[in-house]
Amino acid sequence: MLRSVTSLTRSGLRDWLVQRITAIVLAGYVIFLVGFFMLNQPMSFGLWTALFQNGFMRIFTFLALLSMVYHTWVGMWTVLTDYINCPRFRLLLVIVIVLSLFSYLAWAVAIVWGLR
Amino acid sequence: MSLSEHVFDAVIIGAGGAGQRAALQLAQSGKKVAMVSKVFPTRSHTVAAQGGINAALGNSGPDNWRWHMYDTVMGADFLGDQDAIEYMCKHAPDTIIELEHMGLPFSRNEQGKIYQRAFGGQTLNFGGDLAHRTCAAADRTGHAMLHTLYQKNVEARTHCYNEWYAVDLVKSVNGGIAGVIALCIETGEVVFLKSRATILATGGAGRIFQTTTNAHTCTGDGLGLVLRAGLPLQDMEMWQFHPTGIAGVGVLVTEGCRGEGGYLLNKNGERFMERYAPHLKDLSCRDVVSRSSMIEIREGRGLGPKGDYVLLKLDHLGEEVLKERLPTVMTLAKTFAGVDITKAPIPVTPTCHYLMGGMPTNINGEVLTVNKLGKDQIVPGLYGAGECASVSVHGANRLGANSLLDIVVFGRAAGLHLEAALQSGIEMPQVGTAELEEAMSRLNRWNFSQKGEDMHVIRTEMKMIMQKDFGVFRDGDTMNDGLKKLQALKERLAHAVLQDKSLTFNTARIEALELDNMMEVALSTAVSAERRKESRGGHSRIDFPDRDDAHWLKHSLYFGDGRVGERQVSQKTKETAPIELQLREH
Amino acid sequence: MAKTNVTLTSSNAGMPEDRQLTVSIYRYNPDVDKKPYTQDYDIHTSEFQGVMMLDLLEALKIKDPTLGFRRSCSEGVCGSDGMNINGKNRLACVTSYLDFSNHITIRPLPGLPVVRDLIVDMTQFYKQYEKAKPFLQNKNDPPVRERLQSIEERNKLDGLYECILCACCTTSCPSFWWNPDKFMGPAALLWAYRFVADSRDTQKAERLEALEDPFSMFRCRTIMNCVDVCPKGLNPTKAIAHLRDEMLKDTS
Repeated sequence: MLRSVTSLTRSGLRDWLVQRITAIVLAGYVIFLVGFFMLNQPMSFGLWTALFQNGFMRIFTFLALLSMVYHTWVGMWTVLTDYINCPRFRLLLVIVIVLSLFSYLAWAVAIVWGLR
Repeated sequence: MSLSEHVFDAVIIGAGGAGQRAALQLAQSGKKVAMVSKVFPTRSHTVAAQGGINAALGNSGPDNWRWHMYDTVMGADFLGDQDAIEYMCKHAPDTIIELEHMGLPFSRNEQGKIYQRAFGGQTLNFGGDLAHRTCAAADRTGHAMLHTLYQKNVEARTHCYNEWYAVDLVKSVNGGIAGVIALCIETGEVVFLKSRATILATGGAGRIFQTTTNAHTCTGDGLGLVLRAGLPLQDMEMWQFHPTGIAGVGVLVTEGCRGEGGYLLNKNGERFMERYAPHLKDLSCRDVVSRSSMIEIREGRGLGPKGDYVLLKLDHLGEEVLKERLPTVMTLAKTFAGVDITKAPIPVTPTCHYLMGGMPTNINGEVLTVNKLGKDQIVPGLYGAGECASVSVHGANRLGANSLLDIVVFGRAAGLHLEAALQSGIEMPQVGTAELEEAMSRLNRWNFSQKGEDMHVIRTEMKMIMQKDFGVFRDGDTMNDGLKKLQALKERLAHAVLQDKSLTFNTARIEALELDNMMEVALSTAVSAERRKESRGGHSRIDFPDRDDAHWLKHSLYFGDGRVGERQVSQKTKETAPIELQLREH
Repeated sequence: MAKTNVTLTSSNAGMPEDRQLTVSIYRYNPDVDKKPYTQDYDIHTSEFQGVMMLDLLEALKIKDPTLGFRRSCSEGVCGSDGMNINGKNRLACVTSYLDFSNHITIRPLPGLPVVRDLIVDMTQFYKQYEKAKPFLQNKNDPPVRERLQSIEERNKLDGLYECILCACCTTSCPSFWWNPDKFMGPAALLWAYRFVADSRDTQKAERLEALEDPFSMFRCRTIMNCVDVCPKGLNPTKAIAHLRDEMLKDTS
């Protein structure tokens, strides 16, 4: 069996499963938002902030963000291991990508929960 | 001469069913064994066998290996050695079970046992009803077998020289065989594979004919090796013409088609085999069916613009049966004849298929020669198995599905015998420079050839002669004529040139080396066929239409220097009474 | 005496009409060439018998014996003559020139090192095949007779055991091009499933575990090039999906 320390779960099966589950969460989130926009015309800043005051929406958003992080990690790791042959350079890129993903996550959480 | 030496307990040349079965035996018992093949092992021609493999397993009603033996002796037109046939038929069931345990994906019957179908010349109770004795993996039995054997060799970590070509045998100083000169096709490197014993399992030589079911690689390499080492070949006149090669292309469709209920038709729509062989009809022995088809064609009842083929009808079997049992035939007919077999018959014609003759061996696979007194003599350090050998279980005509059996039974037998011999100790043969130079001379001849004729022309002419003068029906005058032309061709070949001397994967060099072997085989066939003045099995003479047991119930021998001879046909069975001489249904 | 009406809807009777073909072939002999080039050959189809690309190549080889390609059975069962003809991986012996225009391009199988002309070095392909442990493993003592297998159990092997190792699929797979040393490729995975699916094999769990890493099998992105090119009509992508299903069943 082949090993890789930079893949998300280090298991092909788990990576594959994570990618599918996160895709479903992201798809659900997008559909929910599109539906929300369509049902609430005209959209206003008030409606929008009200939505994000809701606890369910905050958790759903957090889940979607987390899914995006995991989904991107798996996907970008796959792309990099396909096309970047130099292992040092590839490691650097994976680290940069993963660090920025978590930075985005932290930033987004701060926004949604209104942390200052 | 500096020639690098690789040393082994055993070197096996050829990686078809026989070579791989022998290799597996030796590798599993921990011997240092090398398997040399000019193609990757799963590309050997065993892969193309379709119909199946005979064994009296009795999965579809009672069966007995003695009935199988009777059929084989009768099929061989009594030129088979009965000790060998007895050994093969008796060990057939165990050998098949062994293959099943190795993982061969046999088709199954309702009880979950190996599926067995009817096949040509197979009867119950010594010539009674049709037997269902042919174990099958759909119509891909050879493919399934070859891959299974290779897979087991992968597991056993057999040392493979893949895409290496055996140039010539190296004799030891005491007259035995010490190994082989081998050429790496990819790099052009030449080495001496030195071994305590060498097993030849190089398969057939059908490519000496213009149209054949055989692969491009069936060029009789082992046969050429043996002749040049001064050893004889046996029954080289005995070629089998398969009744159902697709007309014009030579691609085989299995006898299993007729085993499943298909039959042949002439241009009048007549099922003509009922006339020639009322009992077994389309499932008569192949020589009988091929001759009948040829008579139909010669007497103007063939089809096509040249009237040169008959039809194989299958559509009445129904799409479901065809899909399940004959899927390969379905594809081949579509690809090569443009025929949908669920709707229309396939144009077929008798096509060169199998060589019954080869290097004479005993049932342990040890290669034999004859001494000055005409007595059999074992050649030290040399074994043979499979189509290149003549044990002889097929005599003058092989039964369908006995060839896959032959290769595994005698591949295994050779392996077992050599395993035991190595256990009790075989000395490493001694080789002198003279022997090595002799073995290198042929390769050197081509490598240093400066100018001369192109070998393609010679090859084309040889194939035409064989096709025209040594086909299903033979005649003294035309054979003499053909023989003279072949002798002239051999002389021309000795002065032909190899233009491309490059080292990397030079297929032109390999084809030149192969043509040397094909020419030897063609000549041995021509000489032996002209000499046997009778008709028996696959050898049918217009000028001698009958079997002549008084003069010709014997194996014919041919040596590379043109000498000929004979060997007795063995009747010495161990456990059962030998089958008495009788005439076959004609 | 049985009589049957004979009707031949179609047959190979009669040669197809003569055509002049231009065949562009990838040429490279490391002994003499600094780099690969394309050579054009002109040939009339009346100069040779048969309608298959292999018949054509054999005819060209008589004109130019330096042309290198592998071939053996000439009926699509040995798997020797896989090559890229007009952009698609196929077996030369079962591909008819009648399906093409008068200009045909032949290149070696992509993704493997070229040894000479149309001959590629298949070492990596065979290594991946061996990684699949392509042999039946059964830890129980064998019975005296055959191991029983129902017709239904045996049917599961159909579409799997017929692989001829021609490498058409694996060399058409981008995942194999990028990671030939790590991704096993469709052919090897088809063989892996052939043994997982065999009711006689006892090592299913071990076989599945060996494929669980992110590379060996999970590099398959289901683009199905392998299915598109397989000359035997097999479906490696489906076999891979089955392997994944078995893994999920086994581990969740």
